Amino acid sequence: MEQLLNDFSPGLFVMQTVLLLGLIFLLVKFAWKPILNSLESREKGIQEALDAAEVAKKEMQNITADNENLLKEARAERETLLKEARELKEKILADAKEEAQKEGEKMMTKAKAAIESEKKAAVADIKAQVATLSIEIAEKVLKDELSDKKKQQKLVDDMLGDVKLN
Amino acid sequence: MTKILRKPNLVLTTLFIFLLQASLFAKSDEGHDGAVDTKDEVGEYIVHHIKDAHDFHLFSYTHSSGERKHVGFPLPVIVWSSKGLTTFMSSKFHHDDSGHHIVEANGTRFVKLHSKIYELEEGVEAISFDESHHPTNAHKVLDFSITKSVFGILVVGLLMFVWFAGLARQYKKKQIPTGFGRVLEPLVLYVRDEIARPNIGEKKYREFTGYLLTVFFFIWILNLLGLTPLGFNVTGQLAVTAALAIFTLIIYTFKGNKGYWGHMLWMPGVPYLIRPVLAIIEVAGAFLIKPFSLLVRLFANISAGHIVVMSLIAIMVTMKAEMGATGATALSFVLSFFITLIEVLVAFLQAYIFTMLSALFIGMAVEEHDHH
Repeated sequence: MEQLLNDFSPGLFVMQTVLLLGLIFLLVKFAWKPILNSLESREKGIQEALDAAEVAKKEMQNITADNENLLKEARAERETLLKEARELKEKILADAKEEAQKEGEKMMTKAKAAIESEKKAAVADIKAQVATLSIEIAEKVLKDELSDKKKQQKLVDDMLGDVKLN
Repeated sequence: MTKILRKPNLVLTTLFIFLLQASLFAKSDEGHDGAVDTKDEVGEYIVHHIKDAHDFHLFSYTHSSGERKHVGFPLPVIVWSSKGLTTFMSSKFHHDDSGHHIVEANGTRFVKLHSKIYELEEGVEAISFDESHHPTNAHKVLDFSITKSVFGILVVGLLMFVWFAGLARQYKKKQIPTGFGRVLEPLVLYVRDEIARPNIGEKKYREFTGYLLTVFFFIWILNLLGLTPLGFNVTGQLAVTAALAIFTLIIYTFKGNKGYWGHMLWMPGVPYLIRPVLAIIEVAGAFLIKPFSLLVRLFANISAGHIVVMSLIAIMVTMKAEMGATGATALSFVLSFFITLIEVLVAFLQAYIFTMLSALFIGMAVEEHDHH
């Protein structure tokens, strides 16, 4: 202590240390605390604003994403609808074709059957007419043949000859 | 809060350990006289304290055995002598500043006189002086030593790099800084928005903001360090303030546009006969008056502040006979504390003025002139 008061060299150092400590004390009390507090609140404000902006941005992104999804879904739906319609058309066409084919075949068979029966009837008719004609011809021939006695005799003979009595 | 204080605490702790070690290795002085207690001695001590020094000296005291002990640590001495580059620690001078202690290094002999290093001429055993106390048989050498001021500049450079690189790194991860960067950001914004932008103009300010920021924080931190008991007086060294002023001079000289040079050398709008006269005044203004105003203002303010604070502290030593020990100490404490508070303001003000004027001079050199 004695030396500090008598010797400027350590006295200066100690006094300056004391002054600095006093200065730090004053600054901490009257400057740093309010400054730090205001800095803190400023930082908080900025952080909140930034966060809010971030949230808004995210929401915006979500909305756009939703829109995109909706659009995508709608597009997909249209696609499926179109596809279904196309399939339906094809199916209808195919069905119609099949139906037509079946109907045609049926008609053909019917026609064929009708033709067949007509043909049979015609043949039968022809046969009948041929038989009548041949009987008439035979009648006329027989009438002609049996107009004289000799020829009658001979026929009877021939016939008798064919008929063998056994 | 805790986070902000952690880093400065680290620095302080490191410094404290440094000082403790230094004080443990405090060397006793052989030839130096005792306590600094007379008015003349105190005055000499203050003048010496204002100057740059080759070792980091905090204070000296007289040991109970009567020995004078010095607390501090040595710094490297780097000089270019007649034998080329020579380096040794400043402790070799044993705190001698009167030129009597001779250090032999690299085949030549050196002495330290009033914080300057002299090389003794060959064959000379002791330094001799003429009537005006100039050495007659020794000459100055080119001194690149890490002096106390250089040490302070390195420390502040490192601090600024750590702080501001840390702040820059924070912006990569988050949009607003936390911790100590939270304190730095408003200051950076202050220099940009209050100094650079209004003085240089919206279009060009960006280019010069880096320089202005560096100068502002450099001067401010060093001014504040000067108020600590560490005894730095870096911004009170003419060499330092001159270098800073020359940086500004170089910037506004090389960035000056056509209009700037035109107005300086051949002022439009005045009679032709007056133009050469104006040119002389303008050239003197740009190359002498502006840099001188910058360098002298900073140097004088800071040095004067240190002298005033130390003188007021000296009251407790010099006035104790008249006022008694308690009275002198109390008076010295009250006055020096008041001045220290003002010095805190001055520390900021001088950094602000230097940066402000630099910005103003740069702004004048790059401003777009209307065509007449």
